[in-house]
Amino acid sequence: MTEKTDTARESAVMTGRSVTDKTDTGSHGRPGRRPAGRRRAPSAGRSRSWRDSPLRKITPWLFLAAPLALLITFTYVPVASMISYSFTDWDGVSPDRENVGFDNYVQIFTRPELFRVFFVSGYYLAASVVQIAVALYFAVVLSFNLKFRNLFKGILFFPYLINGVAIGFVFLYFFQDGGTLDSVLSWFGVTTDHPWLGDPTSANISLAGVSVWRFTGLNFVLFLGAIQSIPGELYEAAELDGAGKWKQFRHIIAPSIKPVISLSVILAISGSLSVFEIPYIMTGGATGTQTFVIQTIKLAFQFNKTGLASAAAVVLLLIILLITWIQRRLVPDDKVDLV
Amino acid sequence: MGHKKTTALSGAVLAAAMLALSACSGGGSGVTGEAATAPSDAKEVSGKIEVLTQRTDLVKNGTLKKYAAEFNKIYPKVKVSFDGITDYEGEVRIRMNGKVYGDVLFIPGAVAKNDYPKFFAPLGTTQEMSKYRFSDKTEVDGKVYGVAQFGTANGFVYNKALWKKAGITTWPKSPQEFLAGLKAIKDKTGATPYYTNFKDGWPLTQWTSNLGGVGCDAQASNALAGPVSPWKAGSEMNTIDTLLHDIVKQGLSEKDPTTTNWESSKALLAEGKIGTMMLGSWAITQMQQAAKEGGTDPADIGFMPFPVQNDGKFCGALVSDYQQAVSIYSENKPAARAWVDWFTEKSGFAEKEGVVSALKSAPMPATLKEFVDNDVTFFDRSEAKTAAVNDIDEAAEIGLNKQDYRQKLVDTARGVEKGDIEDFFAGLNKRWDEAAKTVGD
Repeated sequence: MTEKTDTARESAVMTGRSVTDKTDTGSHGRPGRRPAGRRRAPSAGRSRSWRDSPLRKITPWLFLAAPLALLITFTYVPVASMISYSFTDWDGVSPDRENVGFDNYVQIFTRPELFRVFFVSGYYLAASVVQIAVALYFAVVLSFNLKFRNLFKGILFFPYLINGVAIGFVFLYFFQDGGTLDSVLSWFGVTTDHPWLGDPTSANISLAGVSVWRFTGLNFVLFLGAIQSIPGELYEAAELDGAGKWKQFRHIIAPSIKPVISLSVILAISGSLSVFEIPYIMTGGATGTQTFVIQTIKLAFQFNKTGLASAAAVVLLLIILLITWIQRRLVPDDKVDLV
Repeated sequence: MGHKKTTALSGAVLAAAMLALSACSGGGSGVTGEAATAPSDAKEVSGKIEVLTQRTDLVKNGTLKKYAAEFNKIYPKVKVSFDGITDYEGEVRIRMNGKVYGDVLFIPGAVAKNDYPKFFAPLGTTQEMSKYRFSDKTEVDGKVYGVAQFGTANGFVYNKALWKKAGITTWPKSPQEFLAGLKAIKDKTGATPYYTNFKDGWPLTQWTSNLGGVGCDAQASNALAGPVSPWKAGSEMNTIDTLLHDIVKQGLSEKDPTTTNWESSKALLAEGKIGTMMLGSWAITQMQQAAKEGGTDPADIGFMPFPVQNDGKFCGALVSDYQQAVSIYSENKPAARAWVDWFTEKSGFAEKEGVVSALKSAPMPATLKEFVDNDVTFFDRSEAKTAAVNDIDEAAEIGLNKQDYRQKLVDTARGVEKGDIEDFFAGLNKRWDEAAKTVGD
């Protein structure tokens, strides 16, 4: 549920694009293919040399050069070097490193305490169920005509715009002894002496709550976008047939936004496994709030085991890929056909 | 569109890719040999030097610039600039993969001692550097690579007025007396007797600095190099961590440790809302400053040694702070060396900050007057085997100078983490001993 910004945005764009593609196909014939006549047009002079010029084949690559260079420099090269570090005993500073083969991976899988931190992800996983449900509820409600609709949309989306570090600090004050939460509760006559971040269970629940607060807006916007692409006539027809709001949701909205929901679930699971920002800033992983990513960072930067930490990062990557693949198997991405 | 442009463009892409590839292929071996010797003529030495520092506050408020101006009175041709780095350890260790990491810098903890010659210029032989405290910490093969910025004694910063109010006027001589004192503060004044600074974490690492002071043993740190079960009953680490455990267990620390705040804790101690904190002697001036700003009496800030006596006397182990070194890639090594020497010996920095000068001949600072008056035995804790100790510490993933294991100790004491202190120490001993065997020094 954290760290999903980029992928989420990309897929939002992708969903949008597929919608436009569809309309294109309807009105203009097949895009991307040139009319046949032009192809057969007599070639002479410049146009002939252009067609035969080697430049013509290169042109698409020229357009791709900049994004590819960026992609390779900032994604594939670092990942490749991370994978190569994972087979060494590098300490992160020393110019020397030794190849240790699969030793780091063997360590990861033979030291149960390194995997125990995944239990913490359970809290975030549970929280993301809440998060998706809340987001879905508000997306459905706010897709109908409602007073102050845009205001509510803004309010719901706003937390997502705030920087994660700032959120960490704000909620640190919120949860502190006699802080915002305690004083608000005391207005309702609830006086509690409980330190919210004081024991592992309540600390993890509190942190997961912050995470829900932060990321609900993103899910909400994804759902809202999808819901609004449903043609309005469908509701009218459904209403004429006597379907209530729940039936409309059950049979129209839910099936049509299924791809977005399944995307959200994938992001929620991979996000839950790689939670980092909020617990790192708020507790630093103390009091049983350490997650796999925090543990990896500590291995790399506190204990100077860059090799082992790289291996842990590779393992996390593989786990997430595996889960995504399994989920794709279980819930195939079938086409949504509304009409 | 012309062909020329194409080749130029693809050339650029290729170059960028090559650059990216070569950048990740590691730091290389570096230039070795050239020592950073002190210049013989102060008027002649010239060049620009950059000094890396973690004291961003001193960079921002211009204090360091004033030091540079003083320095220029003696070395007029050297231009000194400062680079204040908030996350010093994290950032510098990454910069050290390249060649640009300032001319003068503090040696990051992550650099293995045996790698010092690959990163720093030697400053002199052990013999030449023996006028400085802690020079054994950076000695590799008879050459010294760093000069301590300063040294600190360790102990409890406390509010004298508050302790007096609770009826305690002499320093506690044993952990039991200390705990009783804290309890008296809690019962009689309602203040928080001890503040852990659990959330910020690093103040918990200060407890480790008591190593040596507890047993009056200059070799206490070196003695950890090996499978020696550092937390076995009766050991210094055991005494140190048991005291912290007992403070928390008996409810003598702050109610909600997870949301503590270092900056505000200074004011709280000065005001007498907090009784005591475990810190280095460098903290005294900061607390006095907080007292001045808050309108309370700076003279109320006291400093007491760890509550253990050996032969009827308290012991104060002096421990090294960051070590200043000269980058091996520095182009103005004499100028850089001149800065290190001047800053350590003539700048008056240690005196102003109330810490122990790295120069053995310098007198004890005013902040430690109480220690001197009460006849506390001072000695420099030897750091000769720090490298081996650190190797074991890292292999065991304990972190003697990291906050994590002590946060766990506090959580165990509070009862939110499973197990008791015996299990906890047993686990640490086991990890330490196993790691010591694999590191094999």
